[in-house]
Amino acid sequence: MLLILPIIVPMLTAALLLLVRHRGVQRWMAFLGSMTHLGCGIALFRLVQSEGIQVLQSGSWKAPFGIVLVADTLTTLLVIAVGVVGAATTAFGFAGVDPRRESGGYHSLFMVLLMGVSGAFLTGDLFNLYVWFEVMLVASFVLMALHRTKEQVRAAFTYVTLNLLASAILLTALGLLYGQSGTLNMADLSRQWSTAGPPPLHLPLALLFLTAFGIKAALFPWFFWLPASYHTPPAAISAIFAGLLTKVGVYSMIRVFTLLFQRVSPGIYTLILVLSAVTMVVGVTCALTQRDFRRVLSFNLVGHIGYTTLGLGLLSPVALAGSLLYVLHHIVAITNLYLVGGIFLRVRRTTDFASLGSLYRTHPYVALLSLVPIFALAGVPPLSGFIAKIVLVQASFAQGVYWAGGIALFVGLLSVLSMARLWDESFWKDAPDGVDKASPTWKQLLPIGALTLLSLGISVGAEPLLDMTSRVAGDLLEPSAYVRAVLDGDG
Amino acid sequence: MELLFALTAGVLYASGLYLMLRRRLAQLIIGLGLLTNGTNILIFTSGGLTRTNAPVLAADALETTEPFADPVPQALILTAIVIGFGVLAFSLVLAHQVHRSSGTDDVGDRQ
Repeated sequence: MLLILPIIVPMLTAALLLLVRHRGVQRWMAFLGSMTHLGCGIALFRLVQSEGIQVLQSGSWKAPFGIVLVADTLTTLLVIAVGVVGAATTAFGFAGVDPRRESGGYHSLFMVLLMGVSGAFLTGDLFNLYVWFEVMLVASFVLMALHRTKEQVRAAFTYVTLNLLASAILLTALGLLYGQSGTLNMADLSRQWSTAGPPPLHLPLALLFLTAFGIKAALFPWFFWLPASYHTPPAAISAIFAGLLTKVGVYSMIRVFTLLFQRVSPGIYTLILVLSAVTMVVGVTCALTQRDFRRVLSFNLVGHIGYTTLGLGLLSPVALAGSLLYVLHHIVAITNLYLVGGIFLRVRRTTDFASLGSLYRTHPYVALLSLVPIFALAGVPPLSGFIAKIVLVQASFAQGVYWAGGIALFVGLLSVLSMARLWDESFWKDAPDGVDKASPTWKQLLPIGALTLLSLGISVGAEPLLDMTSRVAGDLLEPSAYVRAVLDGDG
Repeated sequence: MELLFALTAGVLYASGLYLMLRRRLAQLIIGLGLLTNGTNILIFTSGGLTRTNAPVLAADALETTEPFADPVPQALILTAIVIGFGVLAFSLVLAHQVHRSSGTDDVGDRQ
């Protein structure tokens, strides 16, 4: 029963929010809804830790005939991350939301977005995954397009088109898959393929899935929609997009490619490995050419997606564990930095490097709070990004894939450069016309501080977390427990 | 029959993608619509075309009479049509806004 709550809670909150007109009440409801969602995520996590994989056969239609919701450790960790990001971004909303968006149903859409992301993580059925993708996308489309400046509408259009194309490709893959295997339940497919052998068209299917999820995850060569759109919406919206949406693509890719294609088409993993490496190099290199805080972050986001799929490409437990740790670290750090961008927007009315600077002198607390996520993203020891990266590099050297490890190291160096530049340009240098238009409020600093503490927590608790992701990676690569839990009901 | 459906789907995909590569927003949206419909026909065809019996139980029967049409692809398509329709309506509104705010419906024109 607990399993459905991360979907039900945001849905009910969204419905209730439509009935309330008062802005203060709306903000509190959205925040409390997110906190409840977080609480449910944690409770579900504890349940899975004590009693094993949880499965909900909706409407008592046994899998593979009905739609199943499945919660294993990976899913619950990500649902908790959704709760954390949701709580932080809704708390950031207390400091003020663009009034036009707020009267246009901003908070409801926010909740629908949380529902879509949680649903995508929890479902065990591929068509249901497509539906959750659409729920999530439509909410994000409207959130992005609610405003009407020329630039924002343009950016929204790029975003919408590319993501709809991805959905069409995913649907094509599902149609072909159903035609050949007669089921879309992931566990059922996994069992069928491992006993009766894969269908003849498995390679085109793998490529279609890779393209569809690659567009959503912003992998090279499909990442161009992301830097074109993520720097335009208000801070809280880009923060939740950056933290969660690409990660859903990464998660789906990991899930589908470990459950279905693992023993079927080894060549596809080399392709994923190459694409990840190119994504890392291109993303972070492009970041070095940008002169806007949020654009630098967008390109860094693309570059770091490479690290999260590198482990899938290497297909070993250690590498996958490193990638999963990287996902968790990255969700917290990147959300936090986009929120810091919100502070710049308030203090200087822009995130262009030309008008940033000397914030270290005028607002030392902001600088202190931003220091941790900036250097965690850069991968400076002992922060969380460093640990995930070192695991990935070690894994690739241990497997003899020296070029991937070398590229990961080289891109690590580039990220340090890019993040140091970010720090220098926005906080350290003397601002040419550094006139503060307003000061940041504690309502903005509180969620940033909380996420910073969480980043530190991930750094300190990296070892137990790495143990956990190693276990998860082992389960992913040996999915028989997942399959049995879904189909035979022994969790 | 399968061949005819496959060709239709192929033509829809090809023309949809061609239109999506054009520079005008209106063509892009029409392309998107064609692409979604191509996908629907693909799902329908790949589920197998059976004209003999409906997958419905007769009044006193315990099992459906073979061969019957697979209902699942039809349910999938129905869902996909609804979603596609909503999304298409949304992108039309968005295109209208782009046109109103920048006065052109050229995709590459970012003055």
